[in-house]
Amino acid sequence: MALLVLAALHLFVPLGPLIELRRSDPALASLLLTEIRLPRTLLAAGYGAVLGMTGAALQANFANPLASPDITGSSSGAALGAVLGAYWFAIADPLALAAFGAGGAGLALLALILLAGRRSDTATLLLAGVAIALAAGAATSLLLALAPSPFAFYDSFEWLMGSFVDRSLPQAAAALIPAGIACALLARRARALDLMALGEDVAASLGFPPRRVGIEVVALSAIAVGACVSVCGAIGFVGLIAPYAARRLTGGHPGRAMVPAALIGGILLVLADLAVRLAPAGRVIPVGILTTVVGTPLFIWLVVGMRRRLAS
Amino acid sequence: MTSLLEAQGVAIEGRLHPTDLDVEAGSLVALIGANGSGKTSLLRALAAVEMSGGRVAIDGEDLASVPPARRPHLLTFLPASRDVIWPIRAHDLIVLGSPRDEAERIDRLLDRLELESLADRPANQLSTGERARVLLARAMAPSPRLLLLDEPLSNLDPYWVLRTIELLRETVREAGCSAVVSLHDIDRVSSFDRALLVDQGRIAADLAPAAMLGSAELSRSFRVEKGSSGWRISSPEGPRSSP
Repeated sequence: MALLVLAALHLFVPLGPLIELRRSDPALASLLLTEIRLPRTLLAAGYGAVLGMTGAALQANFANPLASPDITGSSSGAALGAVLGAYWFAIADPLALAAFGAGGAGLALLALILLAGRRSDTATLLLAGVAIALAAGAATSLLLALAPSPFAFYDSFEWLMGSFVDRSLPQAAAALIPAGIACALLARRARALDLMALGEDVAASLGFPPRRVGIEVVALSAIAVGACVSVCGAIGFVGLIAPYAARRLTGGHPGRAMVPAALIGGILLVLADLAVRLAPAGRVIPVGILTTVVGTPLFIWLVVGMRRRLAS
Repeated sequence: MTSLLEAQGVAIEGRLHPTDLDVEAGSLVALIGANGSGKTSLLRALAAVEMSGGRVAIDGEDLASVPPARRPHLLTFLPASRDVIWPIRAHDLIVLGSPRDEAERIDRLLDRLELESLADRPANQLSTGERARVLLARAMAPSPRLLLLDEPLSNLDPYWVLRTIELLRETVREAGCSAVVSLHDIDRVSSFDRALLVDQGRIAADLAPAAMLGSAELSRSFRVEKGSSGWRISSPEGPRSSP
């Protein structure tokens, strides 16, 4: 409900120009609403939901509250895949780009499993995730520097920093339809992921093979994150914070936290995108920058809290 | 008496040789063996966690074809790890994996394991010994036909070691189920109906507890022997090789 109200707010505010335009040119007003504002609202709410859902699923799967699309390096992998598709294979079709993004995210998660194992301790997971994010970031920069188009760097800046500005409805559909299907399939794994809280062996003894569940979670998360990143770029911390808040609502159960995490993620990203609209006229702040600025202290607070718990 | 558990040729590549095991209903079976002998591998294979060959049936139902919803009625497995990552309330953790939350039975279990005062606390903030009792309660909660427990007495104080054995005995008697329990302390086998000695990935001896404690197989496997003042090292051989 809160997400719907915020999404409506996001769609119609600022109301002034919309009313004014409606008086002078109703057709243009309706075009502004459906072609410009609607994709932005859908992407903000949808991408936020994807980050919340996949963050919760990855955390449950890796048995680690710090696993998330950005910390595991999958967002960076998705960006690398999308840059490769856009600037080296000259792919313009948003759905094909989404597939490249999903491929990049999938490879990053695969690298994480190879480097850190399927249920590693926090330090190993963080180090492996940081290494993958750095490697993917460097590879992305290299691909942009050597891209056939000399404007690739400039072009991609606003896109890769995470933004919903000037996206079209077909782009929103290319991101959100595959991501929505992947998230719906992820939601079906809530019970298996809850049982994995008892340990992989217990889940296996109850008929939920952890390896199969893990492959599903990683593949579906890669598809969802990859599709969104290929359209909006990488957005940090929502996938880390939303599941943390959601588990407070589900009594700590990691699997059943997925749907609440999706709702919280959607709310957070719609709020963040409303906030960046407050930027001075003529300036655009990519929403990904805001989530990182707000998310970093929260991340540090989580790490410090974890360290204190371990010490006690 | 009919067998509750029938395992035929269960094996794990490199760790457990093809093993047959029958366990009758209503029996408490101790599983002992030196470190790395294959106790955990045998329990994991019996729980169908990992198996490279063989077949496990409980009350005639082949585990390979039993759907997840039916599994907790047939068996539960308690791993040796006491780790709990997520801040799930102890009570919620206990009913997690149970097919239904039968409040009365769960309350009785909490009472028997004296867990009422811990029920609302996050399980990841309990002491290791408290978590051990919570996780044992989780394994017992669905009232399965077979309990497969990997070192349930580790991390428990002397009172809880004795109380847990007593509780297992009561459960087996009341429900007509069975339990296969791996033990660290070989003297505890005397509280069980039957003792299995695992050595180098196979069952090396299957004896009554008293016979097991005096057996040459046990002395050979553990490299200890019973003296007048308890167990003592029997042989100065080098380190044992794993199976």
